[in-house]
Amino acid sequence: MVTVNFTPNLRRHVNCPTTQVEGETVAEVLDKVFEAEPLLRGYVLDEQGILRKHMIIFLNGTALKDRKRLSDPVPNTDSEIFVMQALSGG
Amino acid sequence: MAETKLRIATRKGLFHTSRENGWELGAADFLGDNCSAVLHHPVSGAIFVALDHGHFGVKLHRSRDGGKSYEEIPAPAYPPTDVNTEPWVDIMGRTIPDSLQLIWSLEAGHADQDERLWAGTIPGGLFRSDDGGDSWQLVESLWNDPLRRKWFGGGMDFPGIHSILVHPDNPEDIVIAVSCGGIWHSTDDGASWSNIGEGMNAPYTPPEIASDPGIQDVHRLVRCPSTPERMWLQHHAGIYRSDNAGFNWQIINDVQPSSFGFAAVVHPQQPDTAWFVPEIKDEHRIPADGKVVVNRTDDGGATFNTLDQGLPGPNAYDLVFRHALDVDQSGDVLAMGSTTGSLWVSEDGGKSWETISNHLPPIYALRFD
Repeated sequence: MVTVNFTPNLRRHVNCPTTQVEGETVAEVLDKVFEAEPLLRGYVLDEQGILRKHMIIFLNGTALKDRKRLSDPVPNTDSEIFVMQALSGG
Repeated sequence: MAETKLRIATRKGLFHTSRENGWELGAADFLGDNCSAVLHHPVSGAIFVALDHGHFGVKLHRSRDGGKSYEEIPAPAYPPTDVNTEPWVDIMGRTIPDSLQLIWSLEAGHADQDERLWAGTIPGGLFRSDDGGDSWQLVESLWNDPLRRKWFGGGMDFPGIHSILVHPDNPEDIVIAVSCGGIWHSTDDGASWSNIGEGMNAPYTPPEIASDPGIQDVHRLVRCPSTPERMWLQHHAGIYRSDNAGFNWQIINDVQPSSFGFAAVVHPQQPDTAWFVPEIKDEHRIPADGKVVVNRTDDGGATFNTLDQGLPGPNAYDLVFRHALDVDQSGDVLAMGSTTGSLWVSEDGGKSWETISNHLPPIYALRFD
């Protein structure tokens, strides 16, 4: 089971509760979250499915490597994903 | 008489005021959010607000109850990348993304089309909705036109569509303007397009391409509702007038203090009357002598009156963006907003101006209902 957390700054715009889902890659995990909250997808990914430029995803404390396809494998053991804003800009 | 409502899209929210309320500013919507465009649909009455959340992307909201409540609706989205198509790299060497960067312009369709919307975006996609914004379709005929690949960004990194003009007598006759990509015309509701606009010149480019209609940096294009053949435009290199719906353009010379600027509006009933907001020049985007003025012509550009009553200066450095000047349907009431957060209105065609606020966030766009 994977626990998915979203930056609290998103809550003002869209429903994004902490969720537990299953999946073998980050893409699979997030797809399941977005099925329940379709609007949330566009806040995290652009229309090509690419992680937005100023967003960052941590999987078990490590930044996502594949920002285009989100193919990073999720370990079978309990994992945790954080979807956050990158501290870019000023 | 209908209420004269004014909506103001700013870097930090959407503000409202009206003449009937003494131009007192009401409570803001989307306070803290970056509003890039606003539209009150004249037929359906719905209000559309485009937001740019930065980190979280571009969003679109709609109100069907006069602004009491808003709902998020789908934003225009570019179709999936075709892996068999070469990425579009502009003359600056920048790869143009196929994802929405900004909703730069929102317009209603013809008066007969109660749910038609047009959206002009950065990086250059034109979108259409026929269901009041519930869904959007990229106008692929324009996006796939090989000549579009000549477009490039002006002040923005990527090209964008900032002006969308639906012919008042023909819903299928559409004219758009692009920075930087000139003027494009469709007579079949967007099924096909041609690049029009002879007579414009881009002296900041090599002479071999300076008169190419497809690379012109049009800052703002407007057309007179009562005389649709008459158009005015503020170009990067001056003010132009067209008497044949944008096919040919005549530059207006000797405009003081400057013919550089971004905004342009035309009187709804008097095609020879238009207003512009001069800035010194392209590398000095501030008012001449630190004085905010508005230029008005009443004779088709032969002469201009430089209007400053009630406007600040010296030591005023307000810049008025291309969507931040508007005139109401009477042609008497104007509103103007600046990047410094100043908002002014005039009830006498620009002769005198009243300051509504000097402390708003940077104003990107404003318009009367």
